[in-house]
Amino acid sequence: MTLPKPAPPGSQADRRPTGAEAIVKTLEALGVDVIFGIPGGAILPTYDPLYASKIRHILVRHEQGAGHAATGYAASTGKVGVCLATSGPGATNLITALADANIDSAPVLAITGQVGARAIGTDAFQEADIVGATMPLTKHSFLVKSADEIAPAISAAYHIAHSGRPGPVLVDITKSAQTELTDWRWPVKMELPGYKPVTKPHLKQVRQAAEALRTAKRPVILAGGGVIRAGAKARLDLRNLVDRSGAPVVITLMGAGALPDNHPANLGMGGMHGSVPAVAALQRADVILAIGSRFDDRLTGDLTTFAPRAKLIHADIDPAEIGKNLPVDIPIVGDAATVLAELCQAAAEWPARPDYRRWWEYLKELLRNYPPGYDQPSDGRLAPQHVIERLSALAPADAIFVSGVGQHQMWAQQFLDISGGRALLNSGGLGTMGYAAPAAMGAQVANPERQVWAVDGDGCFQMTGHELVTCALNGIPIKVALINNSSLGMVRQWQTLYYGERYSNTDLHTGDDTAMIPDFVKLADAYGCAALRCANAEDVDGVIGQAMAVTDKPVLIDFQVSRDAQVWPMIAGGASNDTIEYARGLAPAFERDEF
Amino acid sequence: MSTHTLSVLVENKPGVLTRVAALFARRGFNINSLAVGPTEHPEISRITAVVDVEDLPLEQVTKQLNKLINVLKVVELDGGDGSVQRDLLLVKVGANAASRSQVTQIADLFRAHIVDVAADSLVIEATGTDSKLNALMTLLEPFGIRELVKSGTVGIGRGGKSITDRSRERAVR
Repeated sequence: MTLPKPAPPGSQADRRPTGAEAIVKTLEALGVDVIFGIPGGAILPTYDPLYASKIRHILVRHEQGAGHAATGYAASTGKVGVCLATSGPGATNLITALADANIDSAPVLAITGQVGARAIGTDAFQEADIVGATMPLTKHSFLVKSADEIAPAISAAYHIAHSGRPGPVLVDITKSAQTELTDWRWPVKMELPGYKPVTKPHLKQVRQAAEALRTAKRPVILAGGGVIRAGAKARLDLRNLVDRSGAPVVITLMGAGALPDNHPANLGMGGMHGSVPAVAALQRADVILAIGSRFDDRLTGDLTTFAPRAKLIHADIDPAEIGKNLPVDIPIVGDAATVLAELCQAAAEWPARPDYRRWWEYLKELLRNYPPGYDQPSDGRLAPQHVIERLSALAPADAIFVSGVGQHQMWAQQFLDISGGRALLNSGGLGTMGYAAPAAMGAQVANPERQVWAVDGDGCFQMTGHELVTCALNGIPIKVALINNSSLGMVRQWQTLYYGERYSNTDLHTGDDTAMIPDFVKLADAYGCAALRCANAEDVDGVIGQAMAVTDKPVLIDFQVSRDAQVWPMIAGGASNDTIEYARGLAPAFERDEF
Repeated sequence: MSTHTLSVLVENKPGVLTRVAALFARRGFNINSLAVGPTEHPEISRITAVVDVEDLPLEQVTKQLNKLINVLKVVELDGGDGSVQRDLLLVKVGANAASRSQVTQIADLFRAHIVDVAADSLVIEATGTDSKLNALMTLLEPFGIRELVKSGTVGIGRGGKSITDRSRERAVR
């Protein structure tokens, strides 16, 4: 194979730009300030102009880390997160992160190198059909085979990623397109005749919804991730609507922070590990006003018995979500921010505040009787819930928390107080173990002034924890609270409950009473991080304080917690939400079941 | 289950058919037949898909199709008198000197054409609805079907309105 004659590196004053230069110029023109990536053969031309660009490139250690970092950047700012990888394995390593961003609607732009246009289809070195592979896992994708297509494709991809329902968009660019010369012009005309996202809701339906809420006896506002993605104004208007109507709010996992956790109308999270008041409220509601939630099975449980008496109002920016899982009485297609603003306007015209007093009496009793709680572990080891409670109490009012997937994720949702300016990022839809460390890195890069805590598990951390190297070398001082129960905890919990305590392949040997491989303190030290260990309840506050004092490098705390701690409340997979147990074997006594 | 004919107007770009077909597969919709071809506008192609689904999943598949960036418009063709729907059939039937006239007679009855003749066989070209072509096949079967190929259904609405016009306005705007 003959190498294409490379354009001379550096200045391009006396010639037309290369495709590679067009890529960098386009990203600069779009306002991209950070890219997470790894170079390789097919993307090498682009790394040359990138070297001279004002765009900060952060060299990760695995492309999955680049993808989650871009997602963390996006989820913590609302801006498009950008990741860059080479062809073949570089591109396929991005796939998990793209699937994750897709199901959780995070605006991500992924650019991958591809083999030269003429080599496509020949099974060339590091060739993989990444556009084909990611079709069902991205919002859209482009294959770019000539330099002239670069600027239009990247700007269209960027536009698609952050408009409408956000999502990941992949642009696969052949090496030959990167080395060709082109005429770069800005701005470019985007031709997307089939893409017209609806953001403004029909007023008639909004008014119907407001009226249904006003006349309801047992309303619930269900706030999902769409409210978070819609930004600060949407959260403010949700609060205004709640304050105006007096309606209780249930949040979804991705909706954490939509209404502050400490707001009296916030009943907590619904679903499999939701709070008893939240689950009971949905089951007994006569009107559910859902905003930006897609009625995931982890929220609804058995669909046929979910919220059986509720008139359902479903507002979502994606028309395909409406009616997908549940029949809807009042559909509203629109952006959560616009829908909430219109609802507030409709509610402002109400003659009086609706009377939900009886409903609240019932809910308040549930809130009193079933607060979040946990048992001290019988093995005398540290309770993971205690660690997270203390972290919540000690972390700053604007901290960003990022969790992995499993027990620690549910405890993070239950015991972190996401109020004020705080945020909780996590992998809700795909349930991607390994999300936390790289996503925290991305969130920290986007928010250098805020404290970013990864609340991670020992299993999750071992999937992507190597990105601490990237953090240490690039001055990204994330903090990792490792909830180390020496097991794949959530799987172990199911084995305890449903598989007769047969712990098939869930022991990870990372506890201080085991082989302790790896020793996370030594590992974090080797990665250039500050590292601490905590095994006793009385030391928790002190260790968190020590970690918060470290500001010049990443820090990891290995919290040695009990492996027998369990996540409660719980609804068994696929069961009706009516079967919720507050603690193992303890069904709530819904005494006043007049509703 | 009921049968629906969807006309899907798409941008004439590489990979679009894959996206549409993959969407049907991933959401578990059975495609009875699929036909793709150009329209009167070079930038627009038309996919006709005949699917077997319940009404509610049909709404979902229509919405999912509309989410594809390259899809311009999805229209369900009226299965009754509101549209014309046709398949094309090419069939190679055994026919010797003794049986040839019988076979050509059957073809005539169905307004089909003989497009190739050999010593012991004929190729018949027929167009029509699924049921008409099935009836033709039943009559030809005794003569021996050597080879059969059938296109997917294509369909067009009756009357003066065009489904591409408005999409094209959107496309060029």
